[in-house]
Amino acid sequence: MADTARDAPPEQTDFHELEDGEELFPEPATTQESQPASLAAEDISTNSNGPKQDSLFDDDPEDLFAEATEEVSLDSPERDVLLSDGPSPAITPITPPTSVITPRIGHTHDDMFTHSSFDEIEEEEGGDSFDIHISVSDPEKVGEYMTSMSLFKRNEFAVKRRFSDFLGLHSKLASKYLHIGYIVPPAPEKSIVGMTKVKVGKEDQSSNEFVEKRRSALERYLMRTVKHPILLKDPDVLQFLESSELPRAVSTQALSSAGLLRMVNKAADAVNKMTIKMNESDAWFEEKQQHFENLDVQLRKLHTSVESLVCHRKELSVNTAQFAKSAAMLGNSEDHTALSRALSQLAEVEEKIDQLHQDQANADFYLFSELLGDYVRLLTAVKGVFDHRMKTWQKWQDSQMLLQKKREAEAKLQFTNKPDKLQQAKDEIKELEGKVQQGERDFEQISKTIRKEVSRFEKERVKDFKTIIIKYLESLVQTQQQVNKTVSDIFHHN
Amino acid sequence: MMEEVKETASVLSVHDDSIKVTEVLKEGDTLTFIIVSQKLSGTGEYHVDRTYEDFEWLQQHLFSQGDVPGIQGVIFPPLPAKPQVNASPRSIKQLGFLALGECQPYCKALETFLQQVAAHSILSKNKAVEVFLTSSDPPGRQKVKKNIFNRLSQAVEEMRKEGHKDVDEFFQNERDHNLILTGCTKTAAEKFLDVVATEQKIAVACGHFSTALHLCVEPGEDPDKQAFSRVCVKLSEVFESIKKNMTSVAENNVNTLGLGLDLESRYQEAEREMLFRRTCKLVELENAQRNVEKAKPVKKAAMEEVKKAAETEFEHTSGVAKQEIARFQGARVEMLQQALVGWCEKQLLTAKESADQFNQHLEVFRGMA
Repeated sequence: MADTARDAPPEQTDFHELEDGEELFPEPATTQESQPASLAAEDISTNSNGPKQDSLFDDDPEDLFAEATEEVSLDSPERDVLLSDGPSPAITPITPPTSVITPRIGHTHDDMFTHSSFDEIEEEEGGDSFDIHISVSDPEKVGEYMTSMSLFKRNEFAVKRRFSDFLGLHSKLASKYLHIGYIVPPAPEKSIVGMTKVKVGKEDQSSNEFVEKRRSALERYLMRTVKHPILLKDPDVLQFLESSELPRAVSTQALSSAGLLRMVNKAADAVNKMTIKMNESDAWFEEKQQHFENLDVQLRKLHTSVESLVCHRKELSVNTAQFAKSAAMLGNSEDHTALSRALSQLAEVEEKIDQLHQDQANADFYLFSELLGDYVRLLTAVKGVFDHRMKTWQKWQDSQMLLQKKREAEAKLQFTNKPDKLQQAKDEIKELEGKVQQGERDFEQISKTIRKEVSRFEKERVKDFKTIIIKYLESLVQTQQQVNKTVSDIFHHN
Repeated sequence: MMEEVKETASVLSVHDDSIKVTEVLKEGDTLTFIIVSQKLSGTGEYHVDRTYEDFEWLQQHLFSQGDVPGIQGVIFPPLPAKPQVNASPRSIKQLGFLALGECQPYCKALETFLQQVAAHSILSKNKAVEVFLTSSDPPGRQKVKKNIFNRLSQAVEEMRKEGHKDVDEFFQNERDHNLILTGCTKTAAEKFLDVVATEQKIAVACGHFSTALHLCVEPGEDPDKQAFSRVCVKLSEVFESIKKNMTSVAENNVNTLGLGLDLESRYQEAEREMLFRRTCKLVELENAQRNVEKAKPVKKAAMEEVKKAAETEFEHTSGVAKQEIARFQGARVEMLQQALVGWCEKQLLTAKESADQFNQHLEVFRGMA
């Protein structure tokens, strides 16, 4: 499963996490219909999704969660979806509606951290699919279920989406594509603490930061998803980006139980991994796996390093502000006019520099820390894809072994006088042969897909890093120049 | 080697502003400072080596000039706290800015101390100063006799006198003002120290990040791998630059504003001590006056004598104090302004250098795309 390795808390927490994390902002409590029994322990009041959930089930045939909300238990139909390795519903490449693709070049991707408009995702699609720019703007408190707003401006769509919608999208994509080898970008994480603060209406620094962090993460998530040539064409993605209303209820319940199931799944995976001894005939895969293991370790180290840096920068900002205050006090107490003025100016300068430090800390954080975090999570998806390949291989092997046994059994049956049993055996063998062939095809297909995906991933990785680094350097240069200007102003005053 | 230092006045034979503490030698736990000063006669310079104990010796001698009239009114240049090779956290805290860096801030502080002593009209006349700066032998280490500072213990009754109302408005104002300024300066110095400490932490963190990036470099022919490795190496260089920048900024802060605030803070304390001594003299005088009034006729004359002596001392002290205060106010303003200007200049320079470097890195990255 593509979801992050960190996202495997004990079941109670997971349920609870979703509850608080699903919406950016809560709706007033409404009575819950079809609240599944197994979710009774949750805080119902916040799990409000507005109008009846049932009615919102579109008949999306590919939406395997359609029936999930009725009763979610470990035996629900969706379980099969998550745990089985069976073939996914056919992925029919869908040509994007022509109205959407019109050349519209040169619109710079908006600055990730400043947005003033309210709760919408704006997207402009232009040129070929690689020119899609997505910006997620500032969320606003939604008092009730909002009617959505869409701006049609020459292929510009603005839609309102809740956090749970993003999670739902990811869930759908993961179930469709992961096990055939596509690296599906993981969705941002839920966070109880952050969400609680926001819900309570706390208007302080940390809750603002949380909202901003989430907004930025959602934006990156969408960008990564649409950059993927296959995912872009997926109808769920298109629906997400364009349609004014999404069936929301689906995600919620499905995800809470999905969370639990994911956990079970992961445990099973871990056990499986230990027992699957694959005969790796392809050195490429072995090497790549090692490579990704190493990369994972390194990125985590880098991530820790950057977080410590961000922490210190924030500290610096605080200390500078305090010093500015003390310098101001000193200036006020000072009798000598010129000195007093100079000290006050010093205080001003330090305050400005404090602001610059804060901005720099933000840059450090949003650019590097989040990038590294994203990649650590992406790598989990990559590793998952490799694991699926192993599973596919295993299935193939299992089919082969079963076929072998059946053949032996059939051979024995030849000498007995049980024609119908013999026939049955022959039928089974035929079926199994088909399965074996399919298994082999699947394995080859997934191997091929993975190769392509890995290659694309590596290229994207380099590009991603370079882009971020350039942005970072630009911010560094700018900060320095501003420090320069600020200090030289005081200098020339004296 | 015991050298008898006679308490006779002498003239200092070196230029006070030429005194430099050029280096410090570490031998185990002992620190030895090399002090160089230029002869007034222009015929060369004196090189002497002194330990911290020698500085204390000098200070003791300065304090014990009981026969110099009004000596209590002198604002004694403050000697920095004792440095330690393997400093305890408490001593580091006590030293503040002077504990940072290799030894440069501390040496500068010692240097300033010596320059101020040598430039002081009253203090420079003490032979001990001449001996300290010029004698090739280390000055004596014997305990000096009781001095004014020994007398003034930190006893609680003594502290109570600090709030004693003054008879002179000028001095009352000065005392009040000094009280406020001492507090503010101390706070500002502490906060600034925090800033510098954090800057140093950032420099270290950048260093770590830079090293971690190097670990991401992978060997191999794969073009994507190579591309990523290149990116990592270049980014590592960027963070080295950031580290250098931060280190410079921190150093600049210490050497200009840091030292300035530290000196100002210690000097305010010195003024406070002087004002306190004068206040004590005032209390003495007022006591003596009361004693005269209360005294029985037999004792009255004696009391009168005591009162006269106290009066004289108080007047001398106040006279010197007034001069000292005027000089001090002028000197500190100049010192602080210099510190501020120096700070601006250094920061501007560093900022320009850093901006250039970052621009260079930026161009490299743009070119790589």
